[in-house]
Amino acid sequence: MKKTSGIFGTGNVSRRNVLKGGAAIAGVTAVTGFPTVWAQNLKDVTLTHTGMSYSTLPDIARQASQDLGFKVEMSVVDHPGLLNRMVQDPKSLDVADLEIWQSKVAVPQGVLQGIEIAKIKNWGELTPLYTEGTFAGKEASRQGDSPFEFIYRDGADGNNFASGKTDFVNFVPGVYNADTLGIRPDLVGREITSWADLISPDFKGKAAIQNIPTNGIMDAMMAFEAAGMLTYGDKGNPTQEELTATVAKLIELKKGGHFRALWSTFDESVNLMASGEVVIQSMWSPAVTAVQTQGVKCTYQPLKEGYRGWGNGLALMSHLDGLKRDAAYEYLNWYNSGWVGGFIAKQGYYSANPTTAMANLTENERGFFYEGKPATADITSPTGEKTNSAGDVRDGGSYEERFAKVAVWNNLMDQAEFLYAKWNEFNAA
Amino acid sequence: MSPTPTRKSLLTTYLQVAPLTLVLICFFVVPVALVVVVSFFRYQMLVGIVPDFTIRNYVDLLTNPTTWSLYISTLKFTLIVLVITFVLGFWIAYFLVFHVRNLLVAIGLFLLCTVPFWTSNIIRMISWRPVLGKEGLINNALINTGIIDSPLQWLLYSDFSVVVAYVHLFTLFMIVPIFNSMSRIDKSLLEAAIDAGATRWGVVWNVVLPLCKTGIALGALFVVTLVMGDFFVVSVMSGGLSGSATSGIFNDLQFLNYPRAAASAVILLIVVLMIATAIFRLVDVRKELAR
Repeated sequence: MKKTSGIFGTGNVSRRNVLKGGAAIAGVTAVTGFPTVWAQNLKDVTLTHTGMSYSTLPDIARQASQDLGFKVEMSVVDHPGLLNRMVQDPKSLDVADLEIWQSKVAVPQGVLQGIEIAKIKNWGELTPLYTEGTFAGKEASRQGDSPFEFIYRDGADGNNFASGKTDFVNFVPGVYNADTLGIRPDLVGREITSWADLISPDFKGKAAIQNIPTNGIMDAMMAFEAAGMLTYGDKGNPTQEELTATVAKLIELKKGGHFRALWSTFDESVNLMASGEVVIQSMWSPAVTAVQTQGVKCTYQPLKEGYRGWGNGLALMSHLDGLKRDAAYEYLNWYNSGWVGGFIAKQGYYSANPTTAMANLTENERGFFYEGKPATADITSPTGEKTNSAGDVRDGGSYEERFAKVAVWNNLMDQAEFLYAKWNEFNAA
Repeated sequence: MSPTPTRKSLLTTYLQVAPLTLVLICFFVVPVALVVVVSFFRYQMLVGIVPDFTIRNYVDLLTNPTTWSLYISTLKFTLIVLVITFVLGFWIAYFLVFHVRNLLVAIGLFLLCTVPFWTSNIIRMISWRPVLGKEGLINNALINTGIIDSPLQWLLYSDFSVVVAYVHLFTLFMIVPIFNSMSRIDKSLLEAAIDAGATRWGVVWNVVLPLCKTGIALGALFVVTLVMGDFFVVSVMSGGLSGSATSGIFNDLQFLNYPRAAASAVILLIVVLMIATAIFRLVDVRKELAR
């Protein structure tokens, strides 16, 4: 592919673009080269970025609008909400901030358009976790829906996942992290080293698990396997028998009063932990940060069996064309250019472009969040509240250490429908 | 006066009912009809709805023990809440109507009952957490006074806390209609009963209660429909440990299973209609209201 200069290379002005009314102006402008007109028109563009609460942050929209000169708006939905919006009302959003497994629904439905890698200027700098399926030179775990398996597509209009690398992707890498259990170090009363501790009788009535079937089942499987109670062929794609056995064990625990609560939203997990109702539970990284900002000790405890990895991607909806699509590409380029990386690092997430993210952090923050070094001064949350003091080391160590230990990825299993039915039984039990 | 309506007056009558009929058709008949239609559609994993005619959704639901246990739990909550809100509602209304002599004071106290409703449902519900929690007001008080050694677990994230929240949220819906019926009772009836030798309890049982039947029926209807249709209170206050008939619908919507959610909705509608019919069988609200 010809290397493009700026947004428009002559090769990128498709016939369809030129023929499409208003879009034609943008196309022609590009060919004849009047960037000022383009910039003028771009001002009127409004992009809607839709995704889940943890990554769809108004601060990002504010900074993007300021840096890019057009308007970016954030629209927050929950997991099923995003699937619903993408499938039932695709035109209501422009950029979908989806989790990897959600692309398994969106791509075959044809609601996304292929993103041309050639137009993503910083593609070469993005983490190989997404682009190559490797991390630190080694192949990353393929249990569950790993980013590499779902990022590439056959072509611009293919609506198929590609088996290897191609020139088009379904989404540009977004934020990602490796999840583990959150604990109250002051209240657990002993060392926590394994996922099995989630179901240990020591924490009867003091444990919680997330009530989101796709994630909750993963935490449960990690725990039961670690405790030696059950074995799995592939935790990323369990069989009906494995799911039945797992949920039966969960129901047994629930009836025995093991779980203090099941949480469905981020805030609930924060409240459970901060109020001391629960001392060990499934947790997301920003929730740990939120507990810490309340002055309550909370550790995102690394466990010997490894982490449950997850990742997001930014996808372009298929209705985008012309000027709006150009703006969307600008946004995708901006997203991994540093500011977002620095911002979300403070809530514990990682940027797909670690180099630029690290450049947007102070030396103290860089050492703490990415390099596994003790903080040299107070560490603050994205909103400026103190989370850690000088001398603290981030749980789980450096970026490299953490991602080398991802055991399984969040996923949409083949038996998802069966899982949902079983999870309903767990809820009703 | 004019028992034989002329052609013209008939037209007027139709015109008069037309606006309400239109509103009801647009906002009630059509949506419900859509739900019924969709409940017979087929569901394809994560694609959503496929037009079809199948009774699989209903068969699935009715043969699934999960559905039954959810309904049993919902009915259990409904009954408990109904009894508690009735007892509270009846005596609060009784106090306001018969014990507070000054009408202005009575109205003032009545308004006081609505104060909690000045904040949102969610706030009223969540505020129970710091009261009932492990490190909450009640547990701390009991531990500090030495009555108990370790916090009472069953105060929060239990059936108990769900009932507490329901009663807090819904008692007013019982008070208002009962208050309304009671305030229309002619006070001389009570005097007559006492003159005729009735005891205080006899008056309540034989005079007040029968004359409040309409209010009680309407209050019960409110409480039943609110509890049967709830999934939020139960999931928040039980910490996700209990479900309700409606939470099954919510779970189905999580993965776009609209047909089964619609079938659940239709079943719930039928159950609630049956309960409503039973209530109206016991009390002829129309007749009582016309009284």
